[in-house]
Amino acid sequence: MSAHTAVGGRFDTRAARILLALALVGLAVVVWRFAAGLGATTGLSNGYPFGIWIAFDVVTGTALACGGYAVAILVYVLNKGKYHPLVRPAILTSALGYTLGGIAVAVDVGRPWWIWKVPLFFWRWNLSSALLEVALCIMAYILVLWVELSPAFLETWEKSDDHPKLARFSKKARPIVEKALLWVIALGLVLPSMHQSSLGTVMLIGGWKLHPLWNTPLIPLLFLVGCIAMGYGVVAMESLLSSRVFGRKSETAMLGSLAGAAMITVGIWLAVRLIDVVVRGVLPDAFQATSYAFWFWLEIALAVLPVLLLLSKARRRNPGTLFQAALWMVVGGALFRFNTYLSAFNPGDNWSYVPSIPELLVTLGFIAAEILGYLWVVKRFPILSGEPARRGGSTRPAHART
Amino acid sequence: MALDRRSVLKGAFAAGAAGVAGVTGGGPARAKERAEAPADAVGLLYDSTKCIGCKTCVVACQDANGLPRDTRLDPLHDAPVDLNDRAKTVIKLFRDDDDGRVAFFKAQCMHCIDPGCVNACMLGALQKREYGIVTWDPKRCIGCRYCQIACSFNVPKFQWESAAPKIIKCEMCNHRLAEGLEPACTTVCPAHAVIYGKRTDLLAEAKQRIADHPGRYQDHVYGETEGGGTQCLVLAPSNVDYTELGLPALGDEPTAQLSRTVQHTVYKGFIAPAALYGILGFVLWKNRRQEAVSQSAASQSEGEEDRS
Amino acid sequence: MLDLGLTPTNLKDEVLGKGLDRRSFLKICTLAAAAVGLPASAGKLMAEQAAKGLKPSVIWLSYQECTGCSETLLRTSHPQLDELILDLISLDYHEALMAPSGHLAEEARMQAMDANDGKFVLVVEGAIPTADGGIYCKVGGRTALDTVQEAADRAGAIIAIGSCASWGGIPSSPPNPTGAQGAPQVLAGKTVVTIPGCPPNPYNFLGTVLQYATFGTLPALDEKGRPLYAYGRTIHEHCPRRAHFDAGRFVQQYGDDGHRQGWCLYKMGCKGPQTHAPCSVEQFNEVVDAWPIGLGHPCFGCTEETLAFKVPMHDTVQIDRATPPDTYAPIHAEQGKASPLAAGVAGAVVGGVVGAGLMAAKKLGSDAPDSSTDGED
Repeated sequence: MSAHTAVGGRFDTRAARILLALALVGLAVVVWRFAAGLGATTGLSNGYPFGIWIAFDVVTGTALACGGYAVAILVYVLNKGKYHPLVRPAILTSALGYTLGGIAVAVDVGRPWWIWKVPLFFWRWNLSSALLEVALCIMAYILVLWVELSPAFLETWEKSDDHPKLARFSKKARPIVEKALLWVIALGLVLPSMHQSSLGTVMLIGGWKLHPLWNTPLIPLLFLVGCIAMGYGVVAMESLLSSRVFGRKSETAMLGSLAGAAMITVGIWLAVRLIDVVVRGVLPDAFQATSYAFWFWLEIALAVLPVLLLLSKARRRNPGTLFQAALWMVVGGALFRFNTYLSAFNPGDNWSYVPSIPELLVTLGFIAAEILGYLWVVKRFPILSGEPARRGGSTRPAHART
Repeated sequence: MALDRRSVLKGAFAAGAAGVAGVTGGGPARAKERAEAPADAVGLLYDSTKCIGCKTCVVACQDANGLPRDTRLDPLHDAPVDLNDRAKTVIKLFRDDDDGRVAFFKAQCMHCIDPGCVNACMLGALQKREYGIVTWDPKRCIGCRYCQIACSFNVPKFQWESAAPKIIKCEMCNHRLAEGLEPACTTVCPAHAVIYGKRTDLLAEAKQRIADHPGRYQDHVYGETEGGGTQCLVLAPSNVDYTELGLPALGDEPTAQLSRTVQHTVYKGFIAPAALYGILGFVLWKNRRQEAVSQSAASQSEGEEDRS
Repeated sequence: MLDLGLTPTNLKDEVLGKGLDRRSFLKICTLAAAAVGLPASAGKLMAEQAAKGLKPSVIWLSYQECTGCSETLLRTSHPQLDELILDLISLDYHEALMAPSGHLAEEARMQAMDANDGKFVLVVEGAIPTADGGIYCKVGGRTALDTVQEAADRAGAIIAIGSCASWGGIPSSPPNPTGAQGAPQVLAGKTVVTIPGCPPNPYNFLGTVLQYATFGTLPALDEKGRPLYAYGRTIHEHCPRRAHFDAGRFVQQYGDDGHRQGWCLYKMGCKGPQTHAPCSVEQFNEVVDAWPIGLGHPCFGCTEETLAFKVPMHDTVQIDRATPPDTYAPIHAEQGKASPLAAGVAGAVVGGVVGAGLMAAKKLGSDAPDSSTDGED
């Protein structure tokens, strides 16, 4: 296996500046949201109390951050060591994605000054609440992710000449972390299994307000399998982009075989989705001329498409095809979650919801912050593996790239 | 014996299938978890045929609960169009322009026997407290608004315009009950269309009215069983369905039954997650040991090659 | 007509002399009691007191006034009632109505105050100027400030009749060169019942006096000293045109269809929503609709210090304590905020992301596929 290395190079590039601008605009809107209240800044209402900050930033965002989980299953449970180079970047994406998802929750809730009570006041826990379980698991998982990622930081810091105290601390801490890592990784497999499935259960309480095509007791299974598929998709996209952008050898071969695992996952999702709809007798709803039918078939199409794209082995070697297939998996999985929380939720036809522009700016700001965080860490710490591309590859020198 | 992919996947599928079976097939388990109405449960009986639509209850409720007038849509009048942050009760009019049927409906919290909002609330800010009244505690609420998703009657309302928002909903004037008074709405209603009492008494009264006046009312009392039963009951005129008054057509299963069953089945006693953690820990440990063994074997053979 | 002496008169003779029998007299006392919200039994008690000749002494001081408030007391549609009203009380000093004048009038006043010290009812009509030592109103060489202070110190009850005496009225309108103030402001620290209005309906005044005469108590007052039985509600809250307001039927200009049909005058600047007064219920001169709104003119808020002679006649005012309209919320009211612009932007963002992804896919595909890093497959 190749060693992990920091990409190096300038952080202050044009792209970084644009991302920073987006993130700062998002931050400004967040400040305004706390000063002026949610009504003034969002398109939320009593009919639609959950909007894109929940449906996208939290529910979809954390699923996009499931790369770490999905790859960990392959590498640590199924013992497929060849995927190991994918682990650290995936965990980094997960750590950033979940941390920002947690911050998104703090921005969305109306009375965030009591958030600290959620993990601490265990005697008040309402164990029937799916949302509580999601909240507790996510809080714990954020900690787990940063611990899982810590070896990358500790490795760098212990060699630091400028900060001797930090170096000493890191030297002491690293062996402890590495010894415990096994149990941390196991936790990092249990926690997402719990909350990613429960994110689906959360919406079941909507009752008649959740459209029958999504209102199924199997929704936790669909959310879980879906997030694993999305995880593979994100990992593949990230790997392909990073290779090109940082001028490293692409990991196409490894991704090609990862595609096999992804296809199986998507296949399971498709099977469960369709069988569930048929068995529960709601298939006729999918043939009504409604927006619900449209969203349902779009989900199916976005699941079928990547499977078709990846069927041929030759196709699986093409980075462009791999990227596209991964894109569809990610978009399709995101759409399913988005639909469960928004499109399929109807409190009454007299209600409507469209995210306000400030709401969109905050979401974009979170995404920009995540990418920015990724770039910063990846350039300074040994996250990515693989060697620089051979001369025949990219035409621009590595350090000048974004 | 090496734990290979096949056996792990098999085990995972088995566990998943068991979980699904438990969720969908857990009949007796479900019934046991349902809440019953407390013996001293109180409620309201709203008789739509007696209501004259004067809206005195709306104003009295605002005064009793310290809520400002809602002049946002109509600066000249107190005119909430729905329950909101300034109206814990509201009078709505059903009118059918084709056949001229008209009926009033008084909306407020139904104080369900097994409420969706109580099930949803993470730290129990919404809970059934004395007399089964569902009340909200500001010290436990983080403003996540999950209760709004959970309520089948779309009752809890959020103070969107506030920087320190609360959840606003009828709490049966429990501050007045504590002083031996009745809720404000029942106190001021000039037609006795909405009355207060013990749920058992109100249900009996409602059924009596149906029996005493054949053809006047819909043939069942809304709230007797809907959503697991509600403490606020409604009587509608015989020619207007409850759904036309805006009340959802619910079966007798509580709103949160499905999600609660899924959660409890999977997480009962925390057995499944703990077991999963144990299994995964074992698998990871085994894999690491295997790797260490194969690595040392590889370096050994290398060393042998070097030596040879 | 006025009796300067203070010996009790035999009302019975007077009453019967006027051709009214006992029963009618009792009826009138009951009416008077009912009009001011006193119980029916009070009417009987009043008649008995009056028959016994126990009439409260009333000292009526007039300052910066137009005498409209005195006139209002006399304006009834029953010719004999005005005399009866004056027979239920003993009006011992009133510059417009008393027979004596000059020094004799002043002597009468002092005598009345001496004989009823601590018991008489002091009525103040008109505002009291305070600028330059109060020289802008002098009676008998003494300033209003002076005389009202003296009388107030010796009165059993103080009533300020009319807006001028209640808070300053017309004389106090800006720029108020005489420094005109109402009695409560000048007599700080004393309980002053105020009966604002320009003029007020006589029963507003009469009820207070009769209650004091019959029971020795003053009625419940609001924070401005106004009796709640008369000033507890706004015109808007008991206006005969209220149904038009609730249904949204407004006069848009004088003489239009709505005006002819008697619609609500809110948009014409009616100050009813903020004016506490019973004019809508009592009207004036006991003639139905003999009050501004009844005649088709918006109320101008004559009882309210913040409105009368300050806010332009046709400016609209806010509704305090709004109440529900004549219309109803539908079962499902359209709500939620859906801005088409935001929808467009959201769609553009999603489209942009997917588009960028597809472009990236294309670019990656067009690169020559790199050979694999570690030879595995």
